[in-house]
Amino acid sequence: MNAVDIRGVSKRYGKVTALRQLDLQLEPGEVLGLFGHNGAGKTTTMKLILGLITPTEGQVQVLGGTPNTPDIRRQLGYLPENVMFYPQLTGRETLHHFARIKGAAGQQADELLEQVGLAHAVDRRVKTYSKGMRQRLGLAQALLGNPQLLLLDEPTVGLDPIATQDLYILIDTLRQQGTSVVLCSHVLPGVEAHINRAAILAGGQLEASGTLASLRREAGLPSRIRASGLQHREQLLQNLSAEGQTAQLSGSDGIELIGSSSGKIALLRQLLEQDQPSDIEIIQPSLEDLYRYYTDRANQTQATEGKA
Amino acid sequence: MNQIWNIARKELSDGLRNRWLLAISLLFAALAVGIAWLGAAASGQLGFTSIPATVASLASLATFLMPLIALLLAYDAIVGEDEGGTLMLLMTYPIGRGQILLGKFVGHGLILALAVLIGFGCAALAIALLVEDIEVGLLVWAFGRFMLSSTLLGWAFLALAYLLSSMVNEKSSAAGMALGVWFLFVLVFDLVLLALLVFSEGKFNPDLLPWLLLLNPTDIYRLINLSGFDGANAIGVLSLGEDLPIGGALLWLCLLAWAGLALLLAYIAFRRRAA
Repeated sequence: MNAVDIRGVSKRYGKVTALRQLDLQLEPGEVLGLFGHNGAGKTTTMKLILGLITPTEGQVQVLGGTPNTPDIRRQLGYLPENVMFYPQLTGRETLHHFARIKGAAGQQADELLEQVGLAHAVDRRVKTYSKGMRQRLGLAQALLGNPQLLLLDEPTVGLDPIATQDLYILIDTLRQQGTSVVLCSHVLPGVEAHINRAAILAGGQLEASGTLASLRREAGLPSRIRASGLQHREQLLQNLSAEGQTAQLSGSDGIELIGSSSGKIALLRQLLEQDQPSDIEIIQPSLEDLYRYYTDRANQTQATEGKA
Repeated sequence: MNQIWNIARKELSDGLRNRWLLAISLLFAALAVGIAWLGAAASGQLGFTSIPATVASLASLATFLMPLIALLLAYDAIVGEDEGGTLMLLMTYPIGRGQILLGKFVGHGLILALAVLIGFGCAALAIALLVEDIEVGLLVWAFGRFMLSSTLLGWAFLALAYLLSSMVNEKSSAAGMALGVWFLFVLVFDLVLLALLVFSEGKFNPDLLPWLLLLNPTDIYRLINLSGFDGANAIGVLSLGEDLPIGGALLWLCLLAWAGLALLLAYIAFRRRAA
């Protein structure tokens, strides 16, 4: 049973199409990164999974049921973008209020406050909280009742680097416990290591979905190989350029090569045969590069469609 | 049921925290005591006159106040939470919209009921203790009926407040509409009825006119409180009520029906509201 099963879903608001023919599956214990510009359909997808809105076409199944039933909702945790709370309540009162509605124990609410690092501020009113503290409280409420599926919309906004790292560690722990996580984010660096799969949305359409390795293969974006400590790098550069490789000098005794992900190994072998580098660094296309590649591609397609 | 109470207890504790309950109770107590002892000043007397006169004066004042307080308390119940961003979060929890609405109604309704009980109850107690040879039985009966009907009137306007709060997208529009609803039912309705009476020159079926009073919860409330006293002098359009062929119990039911119907409409409006 998939944690999330979205099949052929479109969502239209009047004439505006927010989502077009979306297919997305999430297995138990899988962390999916959902990326896209503002208006790409990320929040609409979240709201469909939460059952806040119903699809115009297609089917959404969450944890084997329809998303807007109380039983399913009890197993969901959601951290909205810009989470807001009742300003007049204290942190503790807020979390206990939500714990009662979710049917979670009050003890868990206190433990979560401690876990997200709000223990020192539990008796302060939420209106005195900073953005980061509100975000932590938001995370705490999402974890109430040990959800099977966790939806996090921009969870790192307002968090300091340490808290961000803590969040990623928490996501890793939850994944090991079998919790499925959907992570919407603009902040791309740092998130790569913590997601199993990335889905890139653009203009309401799913542009790409898969593991980072498969996305790299599919995109065919070049990797950069940087070698340093070379003895006769000019000679090497000439050889490589003669073979039609893109190469340039880098640093005082190094060289930088651009290779496709498939030709990478051959280049490395050649490098090692012809010289004795002291260090080799392989820079894979980052999530950011992939994101840029797929959104640019989507924009181009749309532009051509617009002209036609 | 549990979920309704979870919402209600938050509203109730909000009412205690921001001192709404205290303020309304004090206001009611001060008004009731003031009217009881100074109400007859116009006729040159000072001091307590009679139970019917006191309750009648209180009722005419509560006709203005109760709807206003209820509307103020609840006009932002839905739209305020929507603007504050908490409604969306709440909707992702295992709680239905009906439960949210009913929970708010129970919470706000309890605040109103408690304020009426504390405020007017204290005043009744003061009268019972301070006025010599008072008929305690009549006092309890008259004040009990007054307090119960005031609470019901408040509930009807709470429900109306939820209705408009579910329909608008901004808190300020809800506030404006709340004021409009208050004007309509408390001031304009009777004037329109009066105008209808005068300008129709008898062409309008005179049997129908008294029924029109039932279209306004504040008129039902006044009818409840003014009838039942011998020689209570109904003034203005309310004298139409004397022609109304329905009894006291039905008037109570009508007031209750107002609260129920408005709540039902509020639920329908809330359900249609986009998440």
